[in-house]
Amino acid sequence: MRHLMSPLDFSVKELDDLFNLANDIEKNPKKYAHACEGLKMATCFYEPSTRTRLSFEAAMLNLGGSVLGFSDANSSSAAKGESVSDTIRVISCYADICAMRHPKEGAPMVAASKSRIPVINAGDGGHQHPTQTLTDLLTIRSMKGRLGDFTIGLCGDLKFGRTVHSLINALMRYEGIHFVFISPEELKIPDYITEKLKEAGITYEEVISLEDVMPKLDLLYMTRVQRERFFNEEDYVRLKDFYILTPDKMEKAKTDMLVLHPLPRVNEISVEIDDDPRAAYFKQAQYGVYVRMALILTLLDIQVTE
Amino acid sequence: MLNVGKIEEGFVLDHIQAGKSLTLYYNLGLDKKDCTVAMIMNAKSGKMGKKDILKVECDIDDLNMDILAVVDHNITVNVVKDGEIVEKKELVLPKEITNVFKCKNPRCITSIEQGLPHIFVLADEKKEIYRCKYCEEKYKQRVKTVVQ
Repeated sequence: MRHLMSPLDFSVKELDDLFNLANDIEKNPKKYAHACEGLKMATCFYEPSTRTRLSFEAAMLNLGGSVLGFSDANSSSAAKGESVSDTIRVISCYADICAMRHPKEGAPMVAASKSRIPVINAGDGGHQHPTQTLTDLLTIRSMKGRLGDFTIGLCGDLKFGRTVHSLINALMRYEGIHFVFISPEELKIPDYITEKLKEAGITYEEVISLEDVMPKLDLLYMTRVQRERFFNEEDYVRLKDFYILTPDKMEKAKTDMLVLHPLPRVNEISVEIDDDPRAAYFKQAQYGVYVRMALILTLLDIQVTE
Repeated sequence: MLNVGKIEEGFVLDHIQAGKSLTLYYNLGLDKKDCTVAMIMNAKSGKMGKKDILKVECDIDDLNMDILAVVDHNITVNVVKDGEIVEKKELVLPKEITNVFKCKNPRCITSIEQGLPHIFVLADEKKEIYRCKYCEEKYKQRVKTVVQ
């Protein structure tokens, strides 16, 4: 039985298979409409996350399965002091697969070690969010036609953003990628990541100005500056609108550059860009459902032939 | 010159970084064991300038080599039997170390889940970096020993 804790749990070949399956689901949704009939997914969300939870639920419902679960710790037995190990043992009796989000880092791993059903890490604190990374990779692969040989700009909060760290780790396994890290000094990419890139011989540059690097980017991954990561409101207010992607900046970009964002977006992407064909962030949310459908099928070892 | 006598059975830990022997004493749990310990601090050393030495009279199987390796793998471990050094043990960094150090990350699941072993995994052998198995927080020296 397999679980998904980190995007690196899958080899490059396994990811290729997963993405091929996701693309087939996109093309032939009807073929998969009954693949999980009679099966149940438990969505155990110990902290609120509307988007990820609904994406998992939509994925299971699209496959003909059903969903059950809770959407915050107060409505679960955790409020009574039940351990994660005990909860998953009980959930294993009710469902066939579980997606778990927990504020404590490593909680889904503890669950997986005691579980009789596959467990998917749907986000554990500031640690991992593997299905977001799979979503990002599928979006790039589907819209660019490849995972490699491009220049990607990552912009915004590169210090605390777990989606950014996770995406870099996943992209490091592909050839010909040049990273451009765009951030204010206070939100620079951590040293341990740049050291890893150096060791692997992967090229990167660190800049402050988004405008200057726009012409060279094939992909631009924007992130939100998260209020909850700051100890001091003053720093947050000063940095939150440091980058705003506007139509005049987009004019400097390549005509086929893609703009990605893990969402929710606040001010960092102007709404005027939403109709630009290069704005891929809402398509990204759609790919999130396809990749979760493919993941559910893969972890449940369900093959759909016709 | 200070003289500390021979031990009959046990081990002599030599080449401990000066000033670190007391930390090591607690890390090895010697405060909880029924054994005689001699702690020599700031001894002169040709190799290190100054060093600490620990002489512990106890059953030789009582020594947790993994802890020693994680704390400082340059320490020389001399095994003593019948008053003589019979073996010098080489310290190898263990791949995994369980319930010796406590993860200090307040966001780690180990901070709330009862009965969960505290496991650190060797993430980078060259740089001697251990990370918590659950949250991947780096192990830093001077973490408290887990209370068993």
